[in-house]
Amino acid sequence: MNLRVFTKNIFLVVFATLILSACATKTATLKGQMQGDVYTGTDTVEYLAKGVPDRVFFATNESVLTTAARDTLRKQAAWMRKNSELSFTIEGHADERGTREYNLALGERRANAAKDYLMTYGVSQNRLSVISYGKERPVNSGSSPLAWSQNRRAVTVKAN
Amino acid sequence: MKKNIAIIISFIIFFNINAYALIQVDITRGNLNPLPVAVSTLFIDSVSESKVFKELGGLKIGLEISKIIENNLKKTGLFNPLNQDAFIQKPDIAHLKPRFEDWQLIKAQALITGKVEVVENNLRVEFRLWDILAGREILALAFTTVPANYRRVGHIITDKVYQRLTGEEGYFDTRIIYVAEEGPKVQRVKKLAIMDQDGANTKYLTLGNELVLTPRFNPTNQMVTYLSYFRNLPRVYLLDIETGVQEVVGTFPGMTFAPRFSPGGKKIIMSFAKDGNSEIYTMNLETREVEQITNHPSIDTSPSYSPNGKFITFNSDRSGYQQIYVMRSDGSNVKRISFGTGIYGTPVWSPRGDLIAFTKLHKGKFYIGVMRTDGKGERLLTENYYQEAPSWSPNGRVLIFYRETKSGDQGEGFSATLWSIDLTGYNERKVETLTDASDPSWSSLLTK
Repeated sequence: MNLRVFTKNIFLVVFATLILSACATKTATLKGQMQGDVYTGTDTVEYLAKGVPDRVFFATNESVLTTAARDTLRKQAAWMRKNSELSFTIEGHADERGTREYNLALGERRANAAKDYLMTYGVSQNRLSVISYGKERPVNSGSSPLAWSQNRRAVTVKAN
Repeated sequence: MKKNIAIIISFIIFFNINAYALIQVDITRGNLNPLPVAVSTLFIDSVSESKVFKELGGLKIGLEISKIIENNLKKTGLFNPLNQDAFIQKPDIAHLKPRFEDWQLIKAQALITGKVEVVENNLRVEFRLWDILAGREILALAFTTVPANYRRVGHIITDKVYQRLTGEEGYFDTRIIYVAEEGPKVQRVKKLAIMDQDGANTKYLTLGNELVLTPRFNPTNQMVTYLSYFRNLPRVYLLDIETGVQEVVGTFPGMTFAPRFSPGGKKIIMSFAKDGNSEIYTMNLETREVEQITNHPSIDTSPSYSPNGKFITFNSDRSGYQQIYVMRSDGSNVKRISFGTGIYGTPVWSPRGDLIAFTKLHKGKFYIGVMRTDGKGERLLTENYYQEAPSWSPNGRVLIFYRETKSGDQGEGFSATLWSIDLTGYNERKVETLTDASDPSWSSLLTK
């Protein structure tokens, strides 16, 4: 964890403690890694290149891109435009608290939300494919709100 | 296996129907007083026993079949098989003519007796069902089959007894297909597995090289449809479990999932996901004709036909959250039927036609329940941390589904297991499997 992220997390903890004093204990244990139920931390994030995170996170049952997700995807798009020989697969995932089949559809919807956004920032459709894993490939095997928030994700991986 | 059973059912003794008021088991309520039943060891003469002794690995076939019947009956929750140690009469004598007073003494109300002979390398098995209080025989049948099918003989006898005593078709000569699971949650290995309804004869149908999900039986034959991630392309497949031949269903340019057969087995209904939208499609397996059934910018999935094929139930989030809908099989006249608090998914139409089983999520708990096909009369049968995907027994009296436990931060304590519960909400039982298991689907009766 670099200093910038660290200070940001500290700020979030302080911020959350002020706003949500009633559930201060819980918020503190999550180390400011969630906003609402969307994961905002970096523990599970990998990087396509320096400063280009590989994944975005979603709220429960949602496929709407958050401000942070759009920011990440714009960075991905800029980097993709500079590396035009590469193509990508966007893997959509859901948490374990939903029925298997619905989650397959939800994962597909999340992956497409990310794909569509990348396309609006100039990445050609034929460089982007999607696959949904539903709840089949969690990144965090815990059964906690934090684990679920890390699992509700769309991950961009190099396909060639 | 199914073909070579060649069961010859013959009514060996006269068979009076409804001549007396006879024992009857009421299966429409939770049964708190299971019927005491004595299952006598099936008698086998020593010559016959020596003929099949080697083939069956030294197993005492008469005793074994009686144990299969006892176990089946016990698991229904409707019957209480009595301990064989208390039996006074010998199996061969009891089969000819029970001394009803002796059986009354141990409080048996029904008695099953039988005899096994080996005739030209085949098993000839006959059994009789006796009403102890009325003092008479109420059912007698004989079968001929190969020795290796002895477990199925036990299941078929149970089916006949269950049918005679409850008035409903049985569900014992059936199989369960499911997904066998192993390994850590983040890298779970999943294989298709099949077993007899009582957990015997487990076989794995795939090797675990690719992710497989949601197998479902064809109600008319030994075909199975399921989702496979073969070559990282999630598609619906068709598998013939007799031959092992499999093929991808259709040529869709994207993920197909949530497959089920139509009641006649000629069509597969499934979802096709494209550009973030999942719609329901059917493919006719004979003509290969593909038809789009739903058309809505929401997730439409988990379709299931009514037994007459005229309607389809499915779940959709078109109202904002996952809810259950019913439409005509051409996609017209879509009506939402679930209106309770919480979200609803995985609707499955009962083989009897009157109910839809479902999964419900409400306040962090998962429920398996049933409702009428108009959505009224919702009844929740069981509550748990996580459970979903009910599948009906072929007679529509029992549901099988899977559960997952909550795990710790490193995934410890996680398990996936199969469970069954009566439509009444009673008799919840764990279904034993050799590995962790999920996505069960119950076959039709193998022989009618």
